[in-house]
Amino acid sequence: MIRVQQADFDPGAELETQRLRCAGRAGAVVSFTGLVRDFNDGATVARLALEHYPGMTEKVLQKIAADAIGKWQLVDAVIIHRVGPLDPNDRIVFVAAASAHRRDAFRACEHMVDALKTDAPFWKREDTPQGRRWLR
Amino acid sequence: MVRLRYFASLREALGTGDERLELPEGITTVAQLTAWLQTRGAEWQQALADPRLHTARNQSVVKADAPVCDGDEIAWFPPVTGG
Repeated sequence: MIRVQQADFDPGAELETQRLRCAGRAGAVVSFTGLVRDFNDGATVARLALEHYPGMTEKVLQKIAADAIGKWQLVDAVIIHRVGPLDPNDRIVFVAAASAHRRDAFRACEHMVDALKTDAPFWKREDTPQGRRWLR
Repeated sequence: MVRLRYFASLREALGTGDERLELPEGITTVAQLTAWLQTRGAEWQQALADPRLHTARNQSVVKADAPVCDGDEIAWFPPVTGG
């Protein structure tokens, strides 16, 4: 299950929905929640704006989830990524891997987080006291 | 017609994020289309010369020698920074 949205999400509610979907087939769930830091490269970040490529983003996230499900035989995979304006401490991304065994769940979760950082078309712009800048 | 998309810092540098145009005569690859766009002016010349830019054809990342056909959606964007 993948989603791209402006709105916040509730990690507890997402995990519960995933648990119900697994219906007893999963023995382990590993999840990751990414937050907006209030600092980056020494600058204080007042606000973040996240741009993405609608259409391609969903395709890439779908592929990352499908690849993880295939490679680690997951029962279920969740990727949620927010776009639009974000403040420090806001949740920005959520990834959860449900598997029969904990080792696969840990590995798959980490892999999905790494993959979305390198493959998914999102761009962060920071608003700092020194001005706006796109992250490189 | 082809649809051209530009994102993030590139979108801001070019002053547009989305346009449609008739595929110019003789243009058959992404590299040729990029070079054609660079003839539009100094901003285009400079912004599209950034070697870190990625290109996508129909929402899949491709290399510069990828073909361009009528009906395609071609996108240019800087390295991604999500997560």
